Amino acid sequence: MNTTDSDDILATAAGWRAAGELVAVATVTETWGSSPRPAGSRLAVTKSGKMAGSVSGGCIEGAVAEAAMKTIDSGTPQLLDFGVTHERAWEVGLACGGKVKVFVEKLS
Amino acid sequence: MTPETLLALEAAKAAKCPVVLATRLPDGEQCLLPDSAQSAELNEAAAKVLQSDESGTVKIGNTDWFLHAHNPPLRLIVVGAVHIAQALAPFAAPCGFAVTVVDPRRSFGSDERFPGITISNLWPDEAIDAFKPDSRTAVVTLTHDPKLDDPALDRALKSDAFYIGSLGSRRTHAARLGRLKALGHSDEAMARIRGPVGLNIEAVTAPEIALSIIAELVAVRRGSPLGDRVAKS
Repeated sequence: MNTTDSDDILATAAGWRAAGELVAVATVTETWGSSPRPAGSRLAVTKSGKMAGSVSGGCIEGAVAEAAMKTIDSGTPQLLDFGVTHERAWEVGLACGGKVKVFVEKLS
Repeated sequence: MTPETLLALEAAKAAKCPVVLATRLPDGEQCLLPDSAQSAELNEAAAKVLQSDESGTVKIGNTDWFLHAHNPPLRLIVVGAVHIAQALAPFAAPCGFAVTVVDPRRSFGSDERFPGITISNLWPDEAIDAFKPDSRTAVVTLTHDPKLDDPALDRALKSDAFYIGSLGSRRTHAARLGRLKALGHSDEAMARIRGPVGLNIEAVTAPEIALSIIAELVAVRRGSPLGDRVAKS
């Protein structure tokens, strides 16, 4: 299977869900400037700490995974905004100088 | 995402049916498009996203929707289960292509030589006819053997394939064009065939040639100037 395709990240997430894991899926919804992953790129995260796919070159994965835990607990989706003007972005280091929006939802 | 939406997405994927997963931001309400129950404006935006194969956020009225294209995979038909095909096939899959290797010579087109790759042992013309190449299909011939490559190219030229490539030196390619002309193909039509196949990166080994072919496929698909060689002599 092709594990770089966003479809397959969803299939992986669905497989985890079917196996009883608590799962959230993060999707890039908008990008500006130089950002490494196009809109539609997905990252799947489980409560137990499994990860598949990516929403960036690696620079915001940690922050997105942290937000995903909150969405898994609350069930409420989040729209995250990462960019150079955002305090959090400096903290997590969006070194490429781009901006991305990431939607995080729970797989119910 | 609800289990119903996930099932519907999986069903569309299994049926190779292009759909858009529309997500209303930021509350996460979702639907699959096209859907006549949704506004014409939303359906039209979804059709554009499928056409360009580029997902993105659009504003409809005062509402932001993330439109996520889920197109069936691009297809790559490789004619000739040769050494270069062994390097090309496993490399094309992670680049988003569903690959089929065609070779009627069963000693070449065997599962042992191509683990996990779809093989067809039909004659190339029959195989291409069966696949009905569309605008999301690429055809690459690698055999060097006119009796295998020519029928494949003849059929590919009659299709909407977005990429037609053929391995061979400039001299081999010139001879090939002469034979295809005799089959009734015009110079203009034959300009679609990329020969020698692949971007010119001075590739020598099989993996290098596979890399040059993949690079040109990506260049054409993504609209890079590197993919534009029509009408160059």
